[in-house]
Amino acid sequence: MGDILVVAEHLNGALADITFEMLAHAKTLAGQTQGQVVALLVGGSGEMTGQLGAAAKVLTVAADGNFNPALHAPALQTAVDAAKPQVVLVGSTSMGMDLASALAAARNLPLAAYCTQVTAQGGKILATSQLYGGKLLVTSDLGAGPCVAAMLPGYASADAGKAAGSPASEALPAPADPGKVRFKRLILPEKADVDIQAQDVLVAIGRGIGKKEDIAVAEELAKALGAAVAASRPIIDAGWLPKARQVGKSGLKVKPKVYLALGISGAPEHIEGMKGAGTIIAVNTDKNAPIFDVAHYGMVSDLFDVCEALTDKL
Amino acid sequence: MKIAVPLKQVPDLVEDLEVAASGTALDFDGLKMKLNEFDEHALEEALLLKEASGAEVVALAIAGAEADRMLFTALAKGADKAVKVSGVDANADNHALAQAFAAAIGPLGADLILTGVQSASDRDGQLAPLLAARLGLPCVSVVTGVQPQGKAVLLKKEYSGGVMAEFEADLPVVLGIQAARQTPRYAPVSKVRQVQQSAKLEDFAASGGAAPSQVVKMAPPPRGQGCKMLKSADELLAVLKEKGVV
Repeated sequence: MGDILVVAEHLNGALADITFEMLAHAKTLAGQTQGQVVALLVGGSGEMTGQLGAAAKVLTVAADGNFNPALHAPALQTAVDAAKPQVVLVGSTSMGMDLASALAAARNLPLAAYCTQVTAQGGKILATSQLYGGKLLVTSDLGAGPCVAAMLPGYASADAGKAAGSPASEALPAPADPGKVRFKRLILPEKADVDIQAQDVLVAIGRGIGKKEDIAVAEELAKALGAAVAASRPIIDAGWLPKARQVGKSGLKVKPKVYLALGISGAPEHIEGMKGAGTIIAVNTDKNAPIFDVAHYGMVSDLFDVCEALTDKL
Repeated sequence: MKIAVPLKQVPDLVEDLEVAASGTALDFDGLKMKLNEFDEHALEEALLLKEASGAEVVALAIAGAEADRMLFTALAKGADKAVKVSGVDANADNHALAQAFAAAIGPLGADLILTGVQSASDRDGQLAPLLAARLGLPCVSVVTGVQPQGKAVLLKKEYSGGVMAEFEADLPVVLGIQAARQTPRYAPVSKVRQVQQSAKLEDFAASGGAAPSQVVKMAPPPRGQGCKMLKSADELLAVLKEKGVV
């Protein structure tokens, strides 16, 4: 009879998809633990509470609408003390990273990070984590609970976690703000020269491209295909392409009809941004690259050979 | 300002990862280990802060296969001190590593603790927040662009979709670094060798706790059943034609 506490995440005034995905996970899990789904909303609005109909109850903590780790972490700990859930689901996201480990450490709870799935079996909570760049799935026994699981985005349907209804809401006292970390402002992305979210076809490049000068090879192919060039994080960090071209967790989520991934190994952070593409074609020299787990078509080859051959034929 | 940078070794993901006979752990025998690349960014950010406004940079690593190489490389890049922490398996879970690192970092009186935002082996949570909890300090993860502001730092935390938030955090604070503001510098092998002969690593004896949860299964994901392997550029072109791209 264990409840599942879902930590609702919101940014810039709107609930994030991961919130609904976690509610979907929680509904399934609560069926197994014979408990109910409880949501925690810190610094949210009444409108947001109304969108959390998949939960039987919403715990609210009044706070500024902007996330602050120094405030949200203690608020979560207070909520866990009050709600005594069997499992706490936190997003495996930028915000969740500041919450899950802090909760686990503060309350001495077992924690599994990067979870794709959490189940209750024989009174035990089993969590499957995607580790080693997506090359291995690792299942942890988190005991009978309470425990914490950080859920990767994209492993449940957000729609399944959306439900109408007016869940009971209960206000919890806001923790005192020690004031050591102060939110200053949100920085929204600048308008880009190319909107990679609006493209039918993307030619995406990763570390395999090797050097900045060679991006021209991908650009030439993209031109021949009427596509735009996107990239994984290392290319952006190196300063070879602007941030607006980044696909992935901290970049943009794209859903083109065709996504041609060249020299991208397929780290979970990248896959999060492109797994919704209609057709994924991956070219990589490593036959074990995780990108082939999500690709519809794969080719073990040097990306330059493929680019040149294709560009010649077009 | 004193900056502590805990460095973690992780398997080189370019290698084939084998699961041990137990089915619950990696087979580390013959597995090539390397510095967590996010830690490399954390070190770079620390060195940039040192160059911009003066700081003492202390690199720390858990004694293990890569510790000497990671620490001497950090010294060659410009770290002022390197501490090798013993008493815990360098491949242990982050809870154990955090406990050992916290024991070594606590007495340093560091103003800033910078480490990689994540690593390939964070089964039980990321190191930065676990370390912060042990040290009783606030923590911000997914950080870029750290700027000193008197007794505080200004920093950016990345969210999804290219959105960022700016925070001001009082020192001391633990930051999980996503990316340094420039590509991490390279230390030539000759320089590392030279440092190896002239510099000494400090030793610190710590201990790690028991893992808070047990692995019951470790296996590769089901291989892309949906992935049809193509053998030539012609086959790839045929797919592009079928999908109406060309």
